[in-house]
Amino acid sequence: MKMDKSMIRAQQLVFRYTQEGRRALNGVSAEIKKGEFVAVLGANGCGKSTLAKHFNAILLPEEGEVFVEEYNTKDEEHLYDIRQRVGMVFQNPDNQIVATVVEEDVAFALENLGVPPDEMRERVDEAMEMAGIYKHRTKAPHKLSGGQKQRVAIAGVIAMRPDCLVMDESTAMLDPIGREKVMRTVERLNREFGITVVMITHYMEEAVRADRVIVMSGGHIEMEGTPKEVFRDSAKIRALKLDVPQAKELCDLLREAGVAVDEEIISAEECIQALAALLGKPAQPGCDVI
Amino acid sequence: MLKDITIGQHFPGDSVIHRMDPRAKLLLTIAYIVALFLGSNPIGLALSVLFLLVAYRVSGIPVRLVGKSLRPILPIILFTAMLNLFFVPGDPIFSWWIITITWQGLYNVMVLSVRIVCLIAGTSLLTYTTSPIVLTDALERLLRPFAKLHLPVHELAMMMTIALRFIPLLIEETDKIMSAQKARGAELDSGKLTDRIRALIPVLIPLFISAFRRADELAMAMECRCYHGGEGRTRLHQLHLGANDYLLTAICAVLFVVIGGSDLLWGMLG
Repeated sequence: MKMDKSMIRAQQLVFRYTQEGRRALNGVSAEIKKGEFVAVLGANGCGKSTLAKHFNAILLPEEGEVFVEEYNTKDEEHLYDIRQRVGMVFQNPDNQIVATVVEEDVAFALENLGVPPDEMRERVDEAMEMAGIYKHRTKAPHKLSGGQKQRVAIAGVIAMRPDCLVMDESTAMLDPIGREKVMRTVERLNREFGITVVMITHYMEEAVRADRVIVMSGGHIEMEGTPKEVFRDSAKIRALKLDVPQAKELCDLLREAGVAVDEEIISAEECIQALAALLGKPAQPGCDVI
Repeated sequence: MLKDITIGQHFPGDSVIHRMDPRAKLLLTIAYIVALFLGSNPIGLALSVLFLLVAYRVSGIPVRLVGKSLRPILPIILFTAMLNLFFVPGDPIFSWWIITITWQGLYNVMVLSVRIVCLIAGTSLLTYTTSPIVLTDALERLLRPFAKLHLPVHELAMMMTIALRFIPLLIEETDKIMSAQKARGAELDSGKLTDRIRALIPVLIPLFISAFRRADELAMAMECRCYHGGEGRTRLHQLHLGANDYLLTAICAVLFVVIGGSDLLWGMLG
């Protein structure tokens, strides 16, 4: 399952929302491997959400093709095969929960797919466990916090047993604690259950935790590589109207001030380690970012 | 202020009536209404009241709640009572100036009032003991045969579910918009009635726009989860008719036939 087979392949995508509008996607080619955790970054309006909506045939490209495993997204016959394989979670958790009880919402996709009730029960419980919301299963969605609601939405998608999870700015509306919980849930799904994750985000701290980062700008891919490769050049990241991860920014400032810190540092954990080493003290155990 | 609005009037509990199959409850309620209209005589009504008292007792729902559901229709009851009291011809009991009250009028008023109260109390029992979601589910299943006639049964049930889901959200949003408009100096609670109605426009327009945006996003999220209408759909919760359901339904059915047929008995007596 490790990262050699292709999950999603996009070839030379061109897309416009209106006939005479500008190209939201302008020749985007990308490949997502099975089991990978990919973060997609970019300023507002760079086309990252548009790209995500091409991954499960919500949008179809004007030019170019998208393949989900062996299926072309233009192939209507396999529409539900594609949507079952590539699940999508959106930004506003309130607007993607259909039912009035958590477990019924998690079951929604399975009901649509015509899964028999006994098997459905099993899969719904399993999905709720995986997303860490099992104890809230009989509550009404509007009684939950933002992070919990977003995990309900994730459970509703995982119940389909997808191979790939596309998160379209799913942490943007959450508070820091809710965001961290969602992030951990997604990381767990990726590591333990081998679900491929495509995470579209504004938060550099989330991108740092991915295996690979794709940076988009003006409808095409500007940079691509591991987080360390992408964030190496702070000036270039800023030129694309993006932030540099806080840890990286701190290290940049320290270097300017003449302190010798490693240029490769981008995550908070690495930064803590490096600073502790500089101060000659061991890093505090349990010193968590959140 | 908007926090006080409750959806429906579900009163959670674990009585036999709460646990009864919602389809059976729904059908029995309809049967009860029919029986009530057929059996509009003192015997029938007395039996109906008795039945309701027992049912409320069993369900553990306080009878005073009925008063709450009666309040909105109290003016209608009073109005029809007045009309019947003063304008039904017959043997006068009391006469003053142009006002004449007759025995027949008084009888009509009694029958009518008790009937309406029973009607409200009976249907309320259904909504008190059944959550709106379960009720929607029951409706969908009961109406399923009509889907063959191309009636959009599943779609209607889906719309009801979504409406129930979004009511608390929209209430919350209205509250937020009202606060936002107040913060900009809108006067929502003062002024003449026409002013107050006009002041609601800047609340309603953003609410509508946001509702449409929500609908759009929800539709996309539903598509992502392979929603394609009611065809080939299965349900997580299956409804089962148990022994209890059959027993209760049978008892109620017999009683309703007696209530409905009590007119014959009353006719023989009178």
